[in-house]
Amino acid sequence: MKEQINEIRKAAISQINSCNKTNELINLKVKYLGKKGKLSLLLKQMGSISPDERKSVGQLANKVRNELEQNLEQKMAEIKLIEQENKMKSEKIDVTLPGQKFQIGNIHPLSKVMKEINDIFMGMGFSIAQGPEIETDYYNFEALNIPKDHPARDTQDTFYINDNILLRTQTSPVQIRVMEKQKPPIRIISPGRVYRSDSVDATHSPVFHQIEGLVVDKNITMADLKGTLELFVKKLYGENSNVKFRPHHFPFTEPSAEMDVMCFSCKGKGCSLCKGEGWIEILGCGMVHPKVLKECNIDPEIYSGFAFGLGLERIVMRRYNIDDLRLFFENDMRFLSQF
Amino acid sequence: MNLSVKWLKDYVNINNLSIKELTDGLTMSGSKVEGFKSENDKIQKIVVGKIKSIEEHPDADKLVICSVDVGQNEPLQIVTGANNVKENALVPVCLSGATLPNGTKIKSGKLRGVLSQGMMCSLSELGLSKNDFPYAIEDGIFLLEEECEIGQDICEAIGLNDTIIEFEITSNRPDCLSVVGLARETAATFNLPFNPPTPKVRGCDGDINDSFKVDIKTPLCSRYMAKMVKNVKIKPSPRWIRERLRASGIRPINNIVDITNFVMLEYGHPMHAFDASNISGNNIVIRNANNGESITTLDKAEHDLTDKMIMVCDSEKPIAVAGVMGGEYSGVNENTKDIIFESACFDGASVRKTAKALNIRTDSSIRFEKGLNPLCCENTINRACELIELLEIGEVVGGTIDIQNFNHSKQTITLDAEWINNFIGINLSAGDMIKILQALGFEVKNNEIIVPPHRIDIQHKADIAEEIARIYGYNKIPISTIKGKADGALTETQKFKQLVDDSLIALGCSEICTYSFMSPKEYNKIELPLDCELRNSIKIQNPLGEDTSTMRTTTFPSILNILSKNYNNRNEKAWLYEIGKVYLPSPENSLPSEIDKITIGIYGNCDFYTIKGIIESLLNQLNVYGAEFVESQGMPFHNYRCSEIMIDGKVLGKFGEVHPKVAENYKIGIKTYIAELDFSTIFNLKSKSNTYCGVPKFPASVRDLSLVCDESILSGQIEKIIKSNIGKILEKIEVFDVYRGEQIANNQKSISYKLTMRDKARTLTDEEIDKAIEKTINSLEKINVKLRLKS
Repeated sequence: MKEQINEIRKAAISQINSCNKTNELINLKVKYLGKKGKLSLLLKQMGSISPDERKSVGQLANKVRNELEQNLEQKMAEIKLIEQENKMKSEKIDVTLPGQKFQIGNIHPLSKVMKEINDIFMGMGFSIAQGPEIETDYYNFEALNIPKDHPARDTQDTFYINDNILLRTQTSPVQIRVMEKQKPPIRIISPGRVYRSDSVDATHSPVFHQIEGLVVDKNITMADLKGTLELFVKKLYGENSNVKFRPHHFPFTEPSAEMDVMCFSCKGKGCSLCKGEGWIEILGCGMVHPKVLKECNIDPEIYSGFAFGLGLERIVMRRYNIDDLRLFFENDMRFLSQF
Repeated sequence: MNLSVKWLKDYVNINNLSIKELTDGLTMSGSKVEGFKSENDKIQKIVVGKIKSIEEHPDADKLVICSVDVGQNEPLQIVTGANNVKENALVPVCLSGATLPNGTKIKSGKLRGVLSQGMMCSLSELGLSKNDFPYAIEDGIFLLEEECEIGQDICEAIGLNDTIIEFEITSNRPDCLSVVGLARETAATFNLPFNPPTPKVRGCDGDINDSFKVDIKTPLCSRYMAKMVKNVKIKPSPRWIRERLRASGIRPINNIVDITNFVMLEYGHPMHAFDASNISGNNIVIRNANNGESITTLDKAEHDLTDKMIMVCDSEKPIAVAGVMGGEYSGVNENTKDIIFESACFDGASVRKTAKALNIRTDSSIRFEKGLNPLCCENTINRACELIELLEIGEVVGGTIDIQNFNHSKQTITLDAEWINNFIGINLSAGDMIKILQALGFEVKNNEIIVPPHRIDIQHKADIAEEIARIYGYNKIPISTIKGKADGALTETQKFKQLVDDSLIALGCSEICTYSFMSPKEYNKIELPLDCELRNSIKIQNPLGEDTSTMRTTTFPSILNILSKNYNNRNEKAWLYEIGKVYLPSPENSLPSEIDKITIGIYGNCDFYTIKGIIESLLNQLNVYGAEFVESQGMPFHNYRCSEIMIDGKVLGKFGEVHPKVAENYKIGIKTYIAELDFSTIFNLKSKSNTYCGVPKFPASVRDLSLVCDESILSGQIEKIIKSNIGKILEKIEVFDVYRGEQIANNQKSISYKLTMRDKARTLTDEEIDKAIEKTINSLEKINVKLRLKS
């Protein structure tokens, strides 16, 4: 009987080894180890052998069963692996074919940079204030210490609706509107459209955008102005940016300054981008003129403040190397889709 | 303002400064330098030579051969065609390898077979004119009458060696439109001694007041000073005056005119010289012009005058436009014998208006319109008379006419060092501040600052703070951060706008930026009816052209123009949006309403339901629910493909396909869809509640209904009936098919709906759903909507 068991073992192992399909392997399991399998059938004849032999035959039979089961299991794992591999192989694709297209729109470059600037100032505690684009002469000029026939009006060619109403030439009137309504502390920026009667060319447009800033509180100093604007520039242009403040004149700030940032392209040596100067003018700023505070019923003996204004288009043009302002307003998809 | 460095050096010693240090320093103290150039920076290897001999050219009648001593061992042989050369004349000689100011290089070469080792120059070849050297001729070699040495650099020899600095002077500093003003700034900036001119006039016998009279008949002339010079010798000015004028960009004319210009440049206060014999009645009257009067100015232009303009007149007629330009008739010419010098002060605004009205801007008007102080008249007129005496070109008659029409009190400001330190963020002693102020010409007595007359811009202690800060150095001011608390956050409206932007971009639309004004013709292009109130728009009084003449009342023309540009640039597809304003007129003298609109415009790979889908998705993102779409009409929309969007009776906006006529007007050859939505209406309809309502615990039941009805029945009507019949348990209703064709009668359509029903608290039974559906079908049949299939 032991011989018979060994024969079954030998035959089973050889068949298992040569099998390469899962269903065949299952059949082999039934054939040898099933209830009606060869091994079971043989063991049913155990009664016919001597009790002495029975023990050792039984041990052998169990050993063979375990061995075959192990072999089957191992083989099964091998075959599955091969079958999975084959299935995947049949599923091979061309990864270089294009992905599914999702249409997403683009934000206008002016908005994109404006949002970036808004975010920088909001991080410094500024809120965003808005004012009308069609303004009175009072808010656009008079209250900003620019009386009628002031020469500063010459440089701001104004579109008039009538003698008293005009298209604002700067975002500065928002300063006045905010100070009229809100008591200090004030910390706002005001981005928006402004208008000047400049004919359209590569660097001029009758409509463009400014971002105005205003801080009013007790003990605001020119050092605060410098610190705030320098921080702004470092956030906009990078930690290594250098700035300098040059005295200038605006009727509504005193002292007034223009802030230059060191040319990003030549690092101050002078190149075509900065017209050889090494520095690029970024914004105008200054301490709010006490007359302007007074006009808004804020006591200049108690409060002080600073204000600044920057032109958005020029910053965006330099950011993206755009050489023609008209592109912003032509809105060609081939332009828009790049932002 | 162009500044001659030579002239600057007359009043402040800057020999220890390089031009770079000088210009950088001045820019940083507030006098912005735009650039600088040397008069001789291009000229190379041109020297003084002396013509030793002149011989005829063997092969050319019109050429001569000169032997020219240029201070080298051997004289040069130079061939020239000029016919004014003389033996022993001193001439400018280009050596071989020389460069002329226009960049031309001169090399030795042969002229008609004879070697020419250089070139003798004319005035114009040196970049000069007869105004610079009146004794020279224009078409010939420049025969030098200067004191110079053979071999000397020509620029040294003729004084063509100045450096000119170009300044951009801000409008508050007319005092810096002068050499003295910039010298004072230079001295203060670099802490150097300032030596201004101190004019002294000897004068002669007689008194101008005996023979001459001035009357001021307008409050707009605050001072008029006049002095008389007799027996003037009109001739060219000496070289040092001509050089300084040339460097400042002013053409030398004759000694008297040059003196008035010289003094204006020096002090920044304009002056004028009249030929006394042409002043009728020996009387100068400052008055408004009479309407109908006219004057021919020095530039020979005739101007009609109005009574708003201030004129300098004689007893009969205007002889100068006050502060702007003199008249031709009373001007100084070569025959002039006696002159009247004027140094006056006219109102800036008035000069500005007059200059603008007459369309003349002069060095004089530019200075007056910024505001000048009458106290500065005196130095100016005295300096002019001093120059007359210095040049010995006339007799200054004694006495001065000085009509004053102004308050002499000087501006004083208390020095508040603590306030200034706190304002700027520095810590300077009062003593240091006083030093800065004194350097700038301020006097300080017992803490009272007396503002010098030339500083009309200084009125407040903040102005004093600026003076101190800029001379101390803006870049030496420390930097600090703002103290105090502030909360930087977007308002609800700003957040909402941000969400609109983000949503529309996610939906595939790109943002555009368009002009706020447009041509009124656009209303015709969008075919607005003539009586449409949107045609009533705000007009710009002084537009650049028709295109910028009208503030838009609708954004449709803006988006249609951009769509058209894209279409005609052959962009296959453009999905665009803009959040922009329209401007609606308000009653007179109140500001117009500025209303934010969300404008969408799309063409390419889309239809009506695409733009509707964009709007629905947008509203959904914005938490705006319950929108109804109501059939609508009106330009610029397709008569049968247009809808209004409504919630609770409020109109959110309108959208649809562009009317073919409008599309044609804009040259768009593809189906295009546009929408204009009202931002604030939508914002106000935003759902306030925004709470979580639980993931459903009980299963939903889904039923499909295919219905048949006449084409005239709208899906919206059917949906309303379904909703009202099924009630609260109806979670969702979706159209999944619209079918026309076989099996469906003509003029009928089949619409298939998928209904999702659910109860929050329990599982719905089939019976109750069947009952609800049954009820719905019965209601639908009443309007002739029949069941086709149900599952």
